[in-house]
Amino acid sequence: MLSIKNLHASVEGKQILNGLSLEIKAGEVHAIMGPNGSGKSTLSQVLAGNEAFEVTEGEVLMDGTNLLDKATEVRAQEGLFLAFQYPVEIPGVSNMQFLHTSVNALRKHRGEPELNAAEFIKLARETSKQVDLDPSFLKRGVNEGFSGGEKKRNEIMQALLLQPRLAILDETDSGLDIDALKVVSDGVNALRSADRAILMITHYQRLLNYIVPDFVHVLSEGKIIKSGGRELALELEERGYGWLGIKDDAETAS
Amino acid sequence: MTNTEQQVSELIKREYEHGFVTDIEADSFEPGLNEDVIRRLSAIKNEPEFMLEWRLKAYRRWLTMEEPNWAHLNYPKIDFNAISYYSAPKRPEDMPQSLDEVDPELLRTYERLGIPLHEHAKLAGVAVDAVFDSVSVVTTFKEPLEKAGVIFCPISEAVQKYPELVQKYLGSVVPMGDNYFAALNSAVFSDGSFVYIPKGVRCPMELSTYFRINAANTGQFERTLIIAEDDSYVSYLEGCTAPMRDENQLHAAVVELVILDNAEIKYSTVQNWYPGDEHGKGGIYNFVTKRAACIGKNSKVSWTQVETGSAITWKYPSSVLRGEGSIGEFYSVALTHNYQQADTGTKMIHLGKNTTSTIISKGISAGRSSNTYRGLVKIGPGAEGARNFTECDSLLIGDQCAAHTFPYIEGSAKTAILEHEATTSKVSDEQMFLCRQRGIDPEQAVSMIVNGFCKSVFQELPMEFAVEAGKLLEVSLEGAVG
Ligand SMILES: Nc1ncnc2c1ncn2[C@@H]1O[C@H](COP(=O)(O)OP(=O)(O)OP(=O)(O)O)[C@@H](O)[C@H]1O
Ligand SMILES: [Mg+2]
Repeated sequence: MLSIKNLHASVEGKQILNGLSLEIKAGEVHAIMGPNGSGKSTLSQVLAGNEAFEVTEGEVLMDGTNLLDKATEVRAQEGLFLAFQYPVEIPGVSNMQFLHTSVNALRKHRGEPELNAAEFIKLARETSKQVDLDPSFLKRGVNEGFSGGEKKRNEIMQALLLQPRLAILDETDSGLDIDALKVVSDGVNALRSADRAILMITHYQRLLNYIVPDFVHVLSEGKIIKSGGRELALELEERGYGWLGIKDDAETAS
Repeated sequence: MTNTEQQVSELIKREYEHGFVTDIEADSFEPGLNEDVIRRLSAIKNEPEFMLEWRLKAYRRWLTMEEPNWAHLNYPKIDFNAISYYSAPKRPEDMPQSLDEVDPELLRTYERLGIPLHEHAKLAGVAVDAVFDSVSVVTTFKEPLEKAGVIFCPISEAVQKYPELVQKYLGSVVPMGDNYFAALNSAVFSDGSFVYIPKGVRCPMELSTYFRINAANTGQFERTLIIAEDDSYVSYLEGCTAPMRDENQLHAAVVELVILDNAEIKYSTVQNWYPGDEHGKGGIYNFVTKRAACIGKNSKVSWTQVETGSAITWKYPSSVLRGEGSIGEFYSVALTHNYQQADTGTKMIHLGKNTTSTIISKGISAGRSSNTYRGLVKIGPGAEGARNFTECDSLLIGDQCAAHTFPYIEGSAKTAILEHEATTSKVSDEQMFLCRQRGIDPEQAVSMIVNGFCKSVFQELPMEFAVEAGKLLEVSLEGAVG
């Protein structure tokens, strides 16, 4: 489904990704771990099409077509979803309006009829319950005054609403209390399906107890330096990143 | 250019919708201004002597005055002799008595503007006075209004039919010498609306005037006078558009509201004059004096304005809160783009005891435009217990535009309570990226963000106008959630 080959990217003249390659097939769940600043969020932003980042080399195919040529919104309409590490606020725009516009944009792209207000509200309420977010959040401004954990649940709610082909979750687990972690994991597991792929960025192997990945990759200095199965995460938890030849001072506190 | 700017510049490149010119035969004065022009104007309108005298007095005042330059605006000197002070569609001597007598070309013009003048049309709950260049062409729903005792007619007609009312109130709120443009307007005003709501009457429908400048080199100087007697209520809407022309055109209006005991006037404006092209060529100069005198106890005025048009806007709808317990409200959205300049805000003059005022101003600047909020809250010595709440928020789109805020506070009764909040924000690349990542195209994203920013003002617009404002910005889902 997603094929990343030798991807190089920079931001503000600074090279962040240095030849990253990764293959993801439908139905798979991949976890990416790695020290702070290694380029995990950069990868997710580049895939989603943030124009602040410049791709200097390499290619990315999604479902066989060149992803990097497409506008951000087209990538989204074709099923790429990014749950942000730091979701921004849009004051005054209600979550409801935002999500309704978003859902209809995707439906329109797929040639499906748009949902009217009543239909959408029904759907949104059901989905918000699925992530244990009170429906009153739908009336509030997008992420406006949401707590860290509420923002993350809001992101997962959006993934559930939009039913993407490829969901990239950038540290959706950080800042969550134990109960919220469970709720969010249940949400992600509900997303798992044979025709959908999930790319999770996380620092905590604990998350992987709830959402068991098919593959775990370690990113360091803009490259994947080790890949393995579920057990790689456990090993990282025990031994840190040092044994992989990554400087200890870059190690995360997890 | 950043990403957001690019998207916005595309959004604002959208053409002005109302820029067409109606090909209609018109009677126009030669450009130029002198006492003879004023005499001719007054004669054409068949005005009583007092009116002519008043105009001439105003003209002589105007000659002694200087064009103000304190506003944050930049424009070449206006040549007042290059402007024609009267242009009217040619038609039978008398005012048309019914729609059938109105030039079909004119009716089509208003239809194209989305303002049906047929009483059975979709704006069924709204009585419309349509002012085309210097004259009112038609007023709808006259009969049901008359039954309720409401007078709603062109001011030129009121001068003849209700001279006592006009003489009593014209210039009582905005004196002829109030300011340069008000003096000019007093001398040459051509038409506008007159509204009289008798004691105890709640006006049975929304009243609305649509102003259209069509002829070239013509100024529009409309004059509106609304009187709300004790215990009455009226909601009045005003809209305006103009063709696209390369020359600038002058619009200098005066609006006077008189509000007596326990009466309320809700005055809404959607100002959509031609703003000029993307290079700053053409567009309307909009110099407007609007003022409400809340004379009566517990009287109330509520100004709501959505200003998106004009090359230059100079406008400060004001409320003089004289009556005890009177209330003034001002809700404003002013959007500027390209090379537009707006210097707008309000004055709340607290004179009576326990008077309260609320100011909510939302300025949106895009392109290379400049958007200034200028507000005055004045507390007179007798205004014990006066309260004001002011919130002015600016939203910047791109980084070539400017926003300024000048809140002035004068005088202060010791018991007055004044609160002021101000914010400036930007439509950030991150916000745009979030929207686009969710599949929303940039144009829709900007409009959604701007709409959200303006929500608290849009909620104040009457339904009929929200539709029009919504043509400019998408209607929000807010409130649909129970
Ligand atoms: N907009 C930007 N401007 C300048 N530098 C940036 C920008 N975005 C990212 N960087 C830099 O790129 C490097 C990689 O950042 P990135 O956010 O991808 O790391 P990460 O692996 O997600 O880290 P974390 O685990 O802390 O989230 C960092 O050194 C960061 O400072
Ligand atoms: Mg990160």
